[in-house]
Amino acid sequence: MKELKVQYEKVLSDYLLNQNESNLYIGQNLVRELMRSNVSPEDLVSIHKQSLENIVPNLPESVLNSFDFLIEVMVHFGLKLKEHQSLILKQEEIRIEIEFAAKILNLLLETKIPKPIGLDIGMVSVPVRKMNGDYVHFMHDDGNYLSVAVTDVVGKGVPAALCMSMVKYGLDTLEYANNNPSYVLEVLNRIIEKSVDDSMFVSMFYGRYDLANDIFTYGSAGHEPALYFNSKEQTYTDLDSKGLLLGVLPEIKYSQKDIQLSENDFIIMFTDGVTEFRNYIEKFDSRTYIKELAKSLKHFSAQEMCDKIFENLNKLNNFQLEDDFTIVILKKY
Amino acid sequence: MCNHPTVKIVTELDIVAARQLTRDMAKEIGFGVVDQARIATATSELAKNIYLYATTGEIIVQKIEKDGQKGIAITAIDNGPGIENPHKILEEGYTKSSAQVAGIKGVKRLMDSIQINSVLGKGTVIRAEKWLK
Repeated sequence: MKELKVQYEKVLSDYLLNQNESNLYIGQNLVRELMRSNVSPEDLVSIHKQSLENIVPNLPESVLNSFDFLIEVMVHFGLKLKEHQSLILKQEEIRIEIEFAAKILNLLLETKIPKPIGLDIGMVSVPVRKMNGDYVHFMHDDGNYLSVAVTDVVGKGVPAALCMSMVKYGLDTLEYANNNPSYVLEVLNRIIEKSVDDSMFVSMFYGRYDLANDIFTYGSAGHEPALYFNSKEQTYTDLDSKGLLLGVLPEIKYSQKDIQLSENDFIIMFTDGVTEFRNYIEKFDSRTYIKELAKSLKHFSAQEMCDKIFENLNKLNNFQLEDDFTIVILKKY
Repeated sequence: MCNHPTVKIVTELDIVAARQLTRDMAKEIGFGVVDQARIATATSELAKNIYLYATTGEIIVQKIEKDGQKGIAITAIDNGPGIENPHKILEEGYTKSSAQVAGIKGVKRLMDSIQINSVLGKGTVIRAEKWLK
């Protein structure tokens, strides 16, 4: 501190002799040094006053008094600065805490893609923030059935991810892949309706694939309809099924539908982050765009299709995701 | 405590009197101009809180000494509505800020230590100390 005072007086006296840019630059560098040593604004004014008294003796009383006035005023700036510094520290603490929570949740919500015989599965799920508000859950226990749930929590970040961990446990407790989609949705709706805040809603597309007979049975709770591509006819069908979002009302019934798949047919499931991202362009029909895109990629593996669709849409959106982005493809081979 | 210099806070002018009293005493103890300004500002915040939120109360100023070190203690006493969770507002990062809380947080930063005792509906005693370094 004493050394800094001496330096300040030297730099100030140089400047008073010669008001050039170089001396100003040296002064600014010294201020950085002073800030690193936690010299407050009021301290600095006091240092300035003392330095000036040493450099220019017999200063008018009014000039010296004005510095005392400035010190008094600067005390409040100093207070604000300290508060700001403490908030920055606090923010850093919170950031570390959230990062840690995100790590745990991401580990908890990790999705492993099963590899059943006869069905090629691909998936991409990219969160817009640290925690994903989308979640994909597969079940493939006995070799006869495979189930897939694609979910989207209304909301983002920590609350959405916490809600999602409950959805995961709900799905885990159902244990078997051969449950009816309508039953699964009804159970999950009850769990979520009971235990989550009224403002939290979850949309889910749930499908069960019968591997022996290639029948896909699906139900939806307010989720974006999936797409079914019939390879023989080269046509798409929307896999739409009416059903309210999970968690809105208790005791809701959900319906389910079946489709039969043949070789090279595929099903695309996604969240609204995939279809809604480009809505600010008028007349941009994202579903049609995705249909054409996927059709042009049909010779690739399911995973390659997902990767390329993500790449393409992300580029179209100038690499700025606005919502969590999840796409799952099941392809019969 | 009754022998120590005291200022009753009733009107806004009394805030100025309290500032003057502590500044004079800080000077006498040997605090520099900057610390005098900090101590006066802390007194000002405490007195203002009494004036705005408790209507009346008093500021007591003491010279203190410990292990050969000299210092100053300002005590603010009022019979006002009291402060909820007085310890919580001293924690760093407590952001639910009213003007009253902001004032107390300022005092904490300007002085070396602060203690708050408050009972809702009864009143508040705040004591802040600063040592000569």
